[in-house]
Amino acid sequence: MHNKTLVELSQQLASGALSSVELTQHFLDRIKLLDPQLNSFISTTDELALAQAKIADELRAAGSAGPLTGIPIAHKDIFCTKGVKTTAGSKMLDNFISPYDATVVEKLNAAGTITLGKTNMDEFAMGSSNETSFYGAVKNPWNTDYVPGGSSGGSAACVAARLAPAATGTDTGGSIRQPASLCGITGLKPTYGSISRWGMIAFASSLDQAGPMTQTAEDAALMMNAMSGFDSKDSTSINKEAPDYTSELNNSLEGLKVGLPKEFFKEGLDSGVQQVIETAIKDIEKLGATVKEISLSTTDLAVPAYYVIAPAEASSNLSRFDGVRYGYRCDNPANLEDLYKRSRGEGFGEEVQRRILIGAYALSAGFYDAYYIKAQKIRRLIKNDFDKAFADVDVIMGPTAPSAGFALGEKADDPISMYLSDIYTIAVNLAGLPAMSVPAGFTAGLPVGLQMIGSHFSEPRLLNIAHQFQQATDWHKKTPDAFTK
Amino acid sequence: MAWETVIGLEIHVQLSTQSKIFSGSATTFGAEPNTQASLVDLGMPGVLPVLNEDAIKKAITFGVAIDAKINQKSVFARKNYFYPDLPKGYQISQLDLPIVDIGHLDIALEDGTVKRIGVTRAHLEEDAGKSLHEDYHGMTGIDLNRAGTPLLEIVSEPDMRSAEEAIAYVKSVHALIQYLDISDGNMAEGSMRCDINISMRPKGQEEYGTRTETKNVNSFRFIEKAIRGEVIRQIDELEAGNKINQETRLYDSAKDETRSMRSKEEANDYRYFPDPDLLPVITTDEYIQNLRDNLPELPDQKIERFQKEYELKEYDARVLAASKQLADYFETVVATSGAKAKLAANWVTSELLGALNKAGKGIQDSPVSAELLGGMLKRIADNTISGKAGKIVFEGLLNGEGSADEIIKAKDLIQETDTGAIEALVDEVIANNPAQVEQFLAAEKDKRKKLIGFFVGQIMKASKGKANPQQVNQLLGQKLK
Repeated sequence: MHNKTLVELSQQLASGALSSVELTQHFLDRIKLLDPQLNSFISTTDELALAQAKIADELRAAGSAGPLTGIPIAHKDIFCTKGVKTTAGSKMLDNFISPYDATVVEKLNAAGTITLGKTNMDEFAMGSSNETSFYGAVKNPWNTDYVPGGSSGGSAACVAARLAPAATGTDTGGSIRQPASLCGITGLKPTYGSISRWGMIAFASSLDQAGPMTQTAEDAALMMNAMSGFDSKDSTSINKEAPDYTSELNNSLEGLKVGLPKEFFKEGLDSGVQQVIETAIKDIEKLGATVKEISLSTTDLAVPAYYVIAPAEASSNLSRFDGVRYGYRCDNPANLEDLYKRSRGEGFGEEVQRRILIGAYALSAGFYDAYYIKAQKIRRLIKNDFDKAFADVDVIMGPTAPSAGFALGEKADDPISMYLSDIYTIAVNLAGLPAMSVPAGFTAGLPVGLQMIGSHFSEPRLLNIAHQFQQATDWHKKTPDAFTK
Repeated sequence: MAWETVIGLEIHVQLSTQSKIFSGSATTFGAEPNTQASLVDLGMPGVLPVLNEDAIKKAITFGVAIDAKINQKSVFARKNYFYPDLPKGYQISQLDLPIVDIGHLDIALEDGTVKRIGVTRAHLEEDAGKSLHEDYHGMTGIDLNRAGTPLLEIVSEPDMRSAEEAIAYVKSVHALIQYLDISDGNMAEGSMRCDINISMRPKGQEEYGTRTETKNVNSFRFIEKAIRGEVIRQIDELEAGNKINQETRLYDSAKDETRSMRSKEEANDYRYFPDPDLLPVITTDEYIQNLRDNLPELPDQKIERFQKEYELKEYDARVLAASKQLADYFETVVATSGAKAKLAANWVTSELLGALNKAGKGIQDSPVSAELLGGMLKRIADNTISGKAGKIVFEGLLNGEGSADEIIKAKDLIQETDTGAIEALVDEVIANNPAQVEQFLAAEKDKRKKLIGFFVGQIMKASKGKANPQQVNQLLGQKLK
C-alpha cells in the first residue's frame, strides 16, 4: 500500500478497504525497518500518530471525513509541533519541546492528517545536501552514497522511499525543489505569503515559504488546499481567499506558452541533466505547448544577492538562540558574555555560524549600503526580469538543479560549489514566485527534476501543467529498488 | 568664558494600549513576573509579530497634536543587540521613515515668554523586559511582562538652553500625552523616561560642542539634577582645557552624579535593517484627518478657554491647565460648588496644591476629591460659612473627617448672620474698649481703616469666627462715628 499516491490512499480509506490505523501502522513499521538506511527522520511520533489515526477512523465512521482524513504524513522538523521535540536539525534545539503548533501543522491536523514524525534537515535549513544536520546526513534512497539534497532532505528522502505518502517542507532558496529533484518526487514552493510562516522556525523571513512534497502534482494540490490560506498571526500572509488548487488539474495544455531561459542551459549544467530536461520539454510540447527561448539576464546575480539577504536576515533571526530561555546552554558559564559565546559557539554548527557571520558583516555600519542595500536593488531587478518574461510566456521551465545528486562529502568543504547547486532555484525566492520540481527522468541512475516557474498566484496552472505531464509520463511512479517492497 | 548649554531630549513614552505592540498580551503594570508574556514576548522559535493598530493610532494622534508631518509610509526595523531581557536578540523599532516626522511644541517659560521647541521625529518601538538582580542568590531573574509594551520615542531638536527649558519641555510633553489620553504618564512606573543630550559651546559660537547622552532618567527632579550636574562637569572639563568625550552616561540618583557608561568607540553597532516580518505601515489621508478632527482640547486651547469662560488670569489658567487631571479637577469643583470660578481657582491653586505639595502628592492622589472641595465652596458661596471657617473645614476634609456639611455641623461653624446677635457683640466690644474707641475717633480718616481691624478681630473672636465679617464691618461703621 505504500506505493500508492495520497489520492489513491484517500480513495481506499473512503471505500473502507483500509483503516487509518492500519495505514499508519504500516508506515510506522516501514520507518522503523528502513529508515536506519536513510536517516530521514529525527523523531517519530508513534503514539501520537496512532491516537490521531484512531480519531480519524472514528470521524470517517461518523461520516465527517475529508480527503486528507486519516492520511499519514511527515513534517519537516522546522515546524513547531506541540508537545513534540522540534529541533530545526540543530544541537541548539535538541532539548526543545515546542509549546505550540505551527499554523501548517494546525491546519493539516484539522484536515485530519496523521503525524508520523519529524524529518531530518540541514541545520536551520542552511544547506543543499542535508549534511549540516546535527543528527547526521540523510542518504539518497536511489543511492545511499549520495546526498538527497537539502535543506528538506529528510522530507524528500522519506517520500521517495515511500516511508510517508507526503511530507511538508520549506523553501528559502530551493530547499523544497532541489531535494525533490534529487530524490525524484514532486515539490511545490508556493507564492510567498500563501502559507503562514507562524510556527515555522525562521531562516530568512522574506524568502521562507512552506510547501508540500509528494509523489504527484495531484497530491500536492490536495495538500495545498489544507496548508494554504490567510493567517492573522503572520503579517506577510496574503489576505485573500485561497483558490481550490485542484480546480485546473485536468485543463488542456493546448496553447501553453513555455519560456526556456538561455541562462539556465549554459556551462555549469550537467549534460545528463540537460538531456533529461530537453526530452521532458519535448513531451510538454506534445501536449500542445509552444516553446521559445527567453532571457533572464539577472540569473548570475541571484546567488550573490541571496547570500547577502538570506544570511543578513538569518543573523538576526537566530539571535534568539542565546542559551537564556530555552535550547542549548553551555556548562558553567563564567558570566553573561561567556554564556552567549559558548552557548552559541557550541550549539550552532559550522555552516550556521558561517552564515551568521556573513549576515552580521553585511549589516554592519559602513558595509550596509554596499551589501544589503545593493542586494535589495538586485532583488528588484530580478523581480522585474521575471515580470518582463511573464508578459510573454505562461511558464518558465528548465532544470531544478545543475546536477543530479552528488556524493556525500563531495561538496561539504566547498561552500561556493554547494551554494551553486541552488543557482536555478534561488531567483524564484527573491521574486516571491511559485515554482515546482517534477520528476522528469534519470541520469546515471539518479533522478532529475524539471523546474516550472509561474507568475504570482499561478499555482493552480503550475499544478495543471505538472499533472498533465505526469499523465503522459511515469517518472513520478519510479521507486528506488531497495524501497519498493 | 561664558558658556551656552545646548540640550536635546529623547523621551520614551509608554502608550496606554490594552495589549502589547506586537502581541496580544496585556500591558497592565505590576503583575506577577512573566504572567503577561506570550509566546511572542518570550521570543519562541517560529513566532511572528503582528502590529497593534492602536499603537499607530496613538502615535499619529501625538503627531497631529504637535503639528508634525506624518509619514504615510512608515517602516519597522530591527535593532540588533544581545541582552537577557531582550528575548529576540533584537528590538523592533523604527529608523528610516518613523511614523511621526518633524513637528514642534511650544513651551511657556517662567518669565511669561513662549519658546518653540522642534521635534525631530517620534517613532514606535517595543519596550524590553526587566532584569531583576536581587533575591536570586547572585543570579539574575528576568521578567518579560514589560517586553513588547509600546513606546513612542519623541526626539527633540537641540533647542533647549537651560535645565529650566528642558523641564518645561518635558512637562509640556507630559501634559500633552495625558491630554491626548495616549499614555498614563506615570513616571514612577516608568511610563515616561528620558535620555538627555547635553553639550556646551562658548556663547556666540554657532557650532555645537561634543555631546554626552545621559540615559534613562525618570523624574522631573532627576532630569533637572542630572542636567545641572552634567553642565557643571562639562564646564569644569572644558575650562581645565580638556575635551568632552562623546559617550553615554548614567545618572546615579543616590549620589546625584552622572558617570560614564560607554564611549563612542564601545558603542554597539545595532545593524539596523527593515524587519522582514512586518510590512510597511501605510496610512491614508482620511485616517490621519479623522484623528486630527477628533483631537481633544489641547493645553493651549484650554488655557485660552479658562481665561474667557472663567475670567481667570493667564497665570492661574496656566497653572490649572498644566495637567489634564488638575484642569478636570478644577472644572468639577466649579460645577459642584456653583461658586465663582475665581474662588474655586484660588482654593485649588493655593490651598489644595499647597497641601498636596507639602505632602509630596500629585493631584491624582489628592485626599480631597473635587466633589468634596466643591461641596465646601458651595457653603462659602451661599454664606453658610465664612472663608476663614472654610480653612477649618478644609483641614477636616484633608483629614478625612467627612463631607463639608458634616464637618461644619460637627465643628459648629455655621456663620452668624442674625443682625441682632451680631449687634449685641459689637456693642459689647465697643463698651469694653473705650480707650481704643477714643483713639479710633481721634484718628485721621485714612488711618481708621487700619484701626478698625482691632474691633473686627475682637468681635470675630467673641463669635468664635462665626460672625459674618461683612455685617460686622457694616455695623462697626454705623456705630463708630
